[in-house]
Amino acid sequence: MFGVAKIEHYTLPAYFDARDAPLPDIRYVQNLSPEQKSLKEKEMGPWAALSNEEKIALYRISFNQSFAEMNRTTPEWKTVFGALMALIGLTGLIVIWQRMYVYGPVPHTFDPEYKAKELQRMLDMRINPVQGISSKWDYENKQWKK
Amino acid sequence: MFRAAVRLSVSGVRSLTRTQPGCQALLASRGYSHGKQETDEEFDARWVTYFNKPDIDAWELRKGMNTLVCYDLVPEPKILEAALRACRRLNDLASAIRILEAVKDKAGPHKDIYPYVIQELKPVLEELGISTPEELGIDKL
Repeated sequence: MFGVAKIEHYTLPAYFDARDAPLPDIRYVQNLSPEQKSLKEKEMGPWAALSNEEKIALYRISFNQSFAEMNRTTPEWKTVFGALMALIGLTGLIVIWQRMYVYGPVPHTFDPEYKAKELQRMLDMRINPVQGISSKWDYENKQWKK
Repeated sequence: MFRAAVRLSVSGVRSLTRTQPGCQALLASRGYSHGKQETDEEFDARWVTYFNKPDIDAWELRKGMNTLVCYDLVPEPKILEAALRACRRLNDLASAIRILEAVKDKAGPHKDIYPYVIQELKPVLEELGISTPEELGIDKL
């Protein structure tokens, strides 16, 4: 009746639990067992005659998760956080290994002696005298301004 | 090409300056919006009418509830009463329970709304034999 085209299951309405669509397109359970079929028959009659178990069973035919189950928080964030920290730690180990075995020695410009000379030269050249480093230096008393 | 010239011709200018009753009526109201704002009562009445449709089908019930739940509001008890009665006509108890759950979820942090709705719906729930999610114990894990 549908011609030669095969109807793919993903083109048909699907079941989703969603807070903003409380009534999904189709029932959760599509193929009812005989007990579920008789329960559906009983649903045609007065609902007051149904027991709480039968009402829950009817609910579970139509829906997978209740709102309480949908809205519950999962402890998954702990796994994510732990994995993130482990990866950052691994990266740190790689950096340390590179520092020891890949890079050469630290450049001479990092020596405290060289850096002191560098600072002296910056002050001598009066670098950034308005708001920067030279403005903080007291040239008369040869010390940093208080 | 000649259209602009014709429009600016004497007769064309005269027709522009002539006051036209239709134009004035339009200018009297604001030009950027048409259609009027629906009041809350009209909104409620519209949805009660929607769910009160005697031969409402399952798709219309789903579509109505899913649309209603997407609005920034908690439906009035009278709308919900109509929706629950629509569930009864469709012999769909599960959807009735689900609607109550959705209302509780919609109320969000306002914990006093849901008890009020249940209190207002009490006669309907008893008449139709619908149990609240609390009575069924599915409001907790």
